[in-house]
Amino acid sequence: MRNRALWIVAALLAVGLLLAGCGGKKEQVIKIATQSPLSGGMSAVGTDIKNGAQLAIEQLSGPLTAMGFKIELAAFDDQGNPDTGVANAKNIVSDPAILAIVGHYNSGVQIPSSEEYHAAGLANVSPANTNPKVTERGYLEVSRICGRDDVQGAVGAQFASTKGIKTAYVLHDKTAYGQGIAEYFKRESEKLGIKILGFEGTEEKANFDSILTPILASKPETIYFGGMFDQAAVLFKQARQKGYMGMFLSDDGFDSSDAAKIGGDILLQGAGTYFSTVAGPAAAYPGTAKFQADFKARFGSEPQPFAAQSYDSAAIALKAIENAAMAAGKKVPARADVAKAVRALKDFPGITGTFTFNAKGDLEKAKYFIIQVTSGDPAKWAENKIDKILDIAPPQ
Amino acid sequence: MRRLIKADALREILLPLGRMAVFVLGAGALLSVVMVVLSLLFRGSGADKLLQTTQGVNIFTYTMANLPQVLIDGVTLGFVYAAIALGYTMVYGVLEFINFAHSEIFALGAFAGVEFLLILDGTGILKTAGGLAPYLYLALALIVGMAASGGTAVFIERVAYRPLRGAPRLVPLISAIGVSFALQDIIRLTESLTTGQFYRVIPTFGNFDERIPLFSIPTSGAPIRVDIQVKSLVVIAAAMFMLVGLNYIVNATRIGKAIRSVAQDRSTAALMGIGVNGIIAFTFLLGGSLGGAAGVLYALKFTRIDPFVGFMPGMKAFTAAVLGGIGNLTGALLGGIVLGMLESFAGAYLGTFTMGNFGSEYKDILAFLILIIVIIFRPSGLLGEQVSQKA
Repeated sequence: MRNRALWIVAALLAVGLLLAGCGGKKEQVIKIATQSPLSGGMSAVGTDIKNGAQLAIEQLSGPLTAMGFKIELAAFDDQGNPDTGVANAKNIVSDPAILAIVGHYNSGVQIPSSEEYHAAGLANVSPANTNPKVTERGYLEVSRICGRDDVQGAVGAQFASTKGIKTAYVLHDKTAYGQGIAEYFKRESEKLGIKILGFEGTEEKANFDSILTPILASKPETIYFGGMFDQAAVLFKQARQKGYMGMFLSDDGFDSSDAAKIGGDILLQGAGTYFSTVAGPAAAYPGTAKFQADFKARFGSEPQPFAAQSYDSAAIALKAIENAAMAAGKKVPARADVAKAVRALKDFPGITGTFTFNAKGDLEKAKYFIIQVTSGDPAKWAENKIDKILDIAPPQ
Repeated sequence: MRRLIKADALREILLPLGRMAVFVLGAGALLSVVMVVLSLLFRGSGADKLLQTTQGVNIFTYTMANLPQVLIDGVTLGFVYAAIALGYTMVYGVLEFINFAHSEIFALGAFAGVEFLLILDGTGILKTAGGLAPYLYLALALIVGMAASGGTAVFIERVAYRPLRGAPRLVPLISAIGVSFALQDIIRLTESLTTGQFYRVIPTFGNFDERIPLFSIPTSGAPIRVDIQVKSLVVIAAAMFMLVGLNYIVNATRIGKAIRSVAQDRSTAALMGIGVNGIIAFTFLLGGSLGGAAGVLYALKFTRIDPFVGFMPGMKAFTAAVLGGIGNLTGALLGGIVLGMLESFAGAYLGTFTMGNFGSEYKDILAFLILIIVIIFRPSGLLGEQVSQKA
């Protein structure tokens, strides 16, 4: 019996290999993968990261199609979970048709997953991962078109300082992203003379009562949250309901219309709610008007934050594949050549800026924004007021 | 004879109320004394100095000033846990099996109640409701949540547990875990198909968010105000009402007597002419409705729910049931209140006393550590498994 089962498995494997072999030769399919949370609490932003890349592939793959390639999107759901991200990454690198990956919303997922991309020489263009470690490892394969948390956290602290704030209580979500940015906020705040009354991590998502008691007792002028909106908005709401009237400050993880859905008008009360981000609302980029219209026509809703960045990331991947394919004589290029081609791009015109990468994979100059929440209506999230725009080069 | 029954009924209403008062005051007083002693011991320590430099108060004043708020939060949380824990404990009492799907029954009730309120909100009547009307709407939402949860619990019992009743004890347990996952994803699927949302937020209505100032404590800086949110009061009152009602049903009615007899000895109860299947289904209905109502109250208190919202409260309520002595109704109440208090105390003070090294994110570890210690010394829980009166 056992032998027979083995034979069947072997036969099936042989057939599978044959089929796979044939498939590879017949069609010259090139795939661009995306990884973002398509399910769970962050799926609103994650789905639009996928959709942004899909729109770019549909609109910009003309030159590659002309060379006889078929460009496809391979969308993966990382669930905002490092384990799932790494498991997907293993699948991605084992598919030879995938030549580039646009992805990850969460730095905590991108960092372990990109170890797999690095080992396989697969180019990863990140639209949203802001943790310094993403590029500090110096991997040729990993580039990003957004800013960094060490700068973003400092930008938040500088903003608080210009608002005349003297005391702050810092919370974070214990992820690589949230804790990282909270620490940079704290460091810069202390330099600027803002007293940090407390620094704490929490994975709590619903009941912030016991966390808020010591915070409210210490009466900070601002509460800073390093992490995602799904915790921050609930925390802010419960703090206001407990009578806290100071300013709320958060990071680009707060940038989702779901934050307004959870927090509502409460975010506007007292000293208001502000957040720093690396991806400004559409109004900040003159080039995104057409993108917004196209996106709405194609997917039926306004793009969430990072959708335009994802479009640009996919555009960069497509251009790099095109350049590498040209250099390889219109053949499917090697992964390593694509990764090199990404870095070789100079002043690549995207819809959210022109992109040139430095040796680490950061942009030579990235944009940072401070945004004030001006409406409790989720539909008006994109109309939030831009308080400040800064162009800052990454630290060396 | 008639007078006797009346006196008995009154006793069954007053007794649990008395127990609640004793448990709340006892647990609160005990933990407060522990905190006061700790804060006195910590005088002059690094934590004390840190507090004096950052906030200008010593650790004793700090502890005392925060104490009332911590107690209020702990009691509120405790009653929510107790209401969920009763569902676990009732089913265990009757069937001697842990219904792990109860946490999803809880989530389902929360969703049913919140969706109902959102529909009401859509028609615009919630925003204009004044006076007692919001309480009426909340009561309706509670009933909707109870109906959805109770109905689902009965359905699950019929489909997933009853066919397995003769099977080894592990089998229905696995079935319960399966049902739990299935329900989670059914909620998620239904929500994403109908509303496309992952999070649901309970609409703001009535005066539930208002705060009733109780008193204020003068400190060197600005005085610390102690107040209680209207919704916390509502949660406590509603939970107390339900717990008393359940106690009355189980201990003072005919059907309650039937439940107790099925819990004691199923086959003998059947010989005495009790419809065992019907009684077990009724037990699930009771436990499920309580869980559903607790879900709506949870949503009211903490405002946001998602399809996985049941997991942590369910886990903690299960723990509370074990802590109090599983199968024991009074034990579930005590366990819930003790666990809620422990969590609230640990969350509020842990960070300060460890100078920020162990923040409130470790509150569950501390609470569960104490739980393990209790279980080591009292393996059958604080009040013990009541074999003679399990349900």
